Amino acid sequence: MIRTIKKNFGLSMLALPGFLLIILFNYVPLYGMLLPFKSYRYNLGIWNSPWVGFDNFGFLFNGDVLYRVLRNTLLYNMTFIVLGTTLSVTIALLLYELSRRFVKAYQTILFIPYFISWVVAGFAFRSLFDMDYGVINRVLVSMGEEPILWYSDPKYWPYILVAAAVWKGLGYGSVIYYAALMGIDSEYYDAAKIDGASKVRQAISISVPMIKPIVIMMVILQIGSICYSDFGLFYNVTLNSSLLYKTTDVIDTFVYRSLIDMGDIGMASAAGFFQSIVGFCLVLATNSIVKKINPENSLF
Amino acid sequence: MNGSVTALKRSQPTAGKMLIHLVFILLCVASLFPFLVIIGTSFQSENDIVKFGYSVIPKNFTFDAYRVILHEPKVLFQSYFVTIATTVIGSLVGMWVTTTYAYAISRKDYRFRSFLAFFIFFTMLFHGGMVPSYILMVKWLGLKNNILALILPYLISGWFVLLMKGFLQTIPEAVIESAKIDGAGELRIFAQIVIPISKPALATLGLFFALQYWNDWWLTLLYVEHDNLMKLQYLLIRVLKNMEYLNSAEAIQYGLVKPGMLVPSLSARMAMCILAAGPMLLVFPLFQKYFVQGLTVGSVKG
Repeated sequence: MIRTIKKNFGLSMLALPGFLLIILFNYVPLYGMLLPFKSYRYNLGIWNSPWVGFDNFGFLFNGDVLYRVLRNTLLYNMTFIVLGTTLSVTIALLLYELSRRFVKAYQTILFIPYFISWVVAGFAFRSLFDMDYGVINRVLVSMGEEPILWYSDPKYWPYILVAAAVWKGLGYGSVIYYAALMGIDSEYYDAAKIDGASKVRQAISISVPMIKPIVIMMVILQIGSICYSDFGLFYNVTLNSSLLYKTTDVIDTFVYRSLIDMGDIGMASAAGFFQSIVGFCLVLATNSIVKKINPENSLF
Repeated sequence: MNGSVTALKRSQPTAGKMLIHLVFILLCVASLFPFLVIIGTSFQSENDIVKFGYSVIPKNFTFDAYRVILHEPKVLFQSYFVTIATTVIGSLVGMWVTTTYAYAISRKDYRFRSFLAFFIFFTMLFHGGMVPSYILMVKWLGLKNNILALILPYLISGWFVLLMKGFLQTIPEAVIESAKIDGAGELRIFAQIVIPISKPALATLGLFFALQYWNDWWLTLLYVEHDNLMKLQYLLIRVLKNMEYLNSAEAIQYGLVKPGMLVPSLSARMAMCILAAGPMLLVFPLFQKYFVQGLTVGSVKG
């Protein structure tokens, strides 16, 4: 016993600061998951606030807001996962065909959007879609068309938001998969070449199967946060315009508004609770499905 | 790495390859275009913007927007100070706690390895959500309007720990074993052997941390009300709102702005963007070499 402690003491001390921070910022807040079952009073604290059972969930499920934000959140995230993964893998496969010099140049440029905040990205998109001065409306006018009121019509936003997410994430995603491709033994390709396999054939039969484990890992992790959204995307790119909520409001923006703008802790925490539980169940489900199909690819 | 393959590929410039280049050139244009509009507009005069709209190439080149912003630079400089301070402190402390934790769980002879690995992995799958974290920060820790609120929440996260663990696992055990035989303690092994050979991974991690802290506005939005603790990106949101207000009918009605008078808000906003995003974009190319290298090792070994 003492020997075990002594032997592991050094590494435990190294891990200690991180361990304490994880407890404080990831595990202590779990206690706050009692909140949705309470009528929270700031002066009483969580434990002493009166229990209200499922009242907060009642409010949440009664309105049509939950349906709207849940639908938006899931649809956007599924689109991001499918489109983002497909495009990133495709870009990586294309990069793999080029020589190092070009790869570096293209990667650098595609990475630039990743390095700016969503606030600046919001401005960048505004410079395109601004109703009065935006590049797109000016082009439309010069072609004799009517300008479009982008920021007050929800029907355009699914496309704009998906474009924004892809624009910002493509560089990063493709680097991860490109890195995975670089790890493939070149003998496979040499053998395929001798057999006269075309480039496309090689990509489908060698490259894609070889990077499949990483693709699956990334997808499971993304499914794990399928109930969570990139708050900055939905808050800044839409300029938080309430006219657009029909297609741009997601769980996170709803929770934020309930908490900060309306001060409705009960509603906000109920929505957050729902988000945590559903998200967790989805990870477990996805993982067990993957495990059933191919145990080696499962996450845990 | 794949020298022979690269050489083979280079010897056959085909139509297919030209097509790939074309795809990438289009993608690069798409990824840069919005920035070029921001840069171009920041040098445009207000009248030209109203007349011609935002554009990449200014009709009449002017520094007016920058002059307006830098006319009273106190708020801006204070904001730079807060942003730089939180970025430097947060990145350094974050790199230390992340790397030490990742190192411990990368060591196969460590007793609590699998427990600690699960302990961090679980946080990636299950979160308490926004409201409990808010209550923790504001009520239990009392960090509202405290600079620590802009640093602490990001110090350790599952992604970064896994990235580092992937890299640290590739260190040969023999290196550490021999240091142990020489009687070196764990802290000394970590500081004198592990850190020096982990430079590419540390550079990658440092860049990720710097990026996260530099671009953060979320923590300011939640936890800070004082003007002297505003981070740059948040200041940008504020500027956007206030300038919109100054050009609204309301501002004219209340006599804040005379009718017909135009606050040079359109170009000034864009100039603010350049000032807020610029430093990060200048730093990135310096790190890029390590960045791709670090990501490569981390992700291949998962």
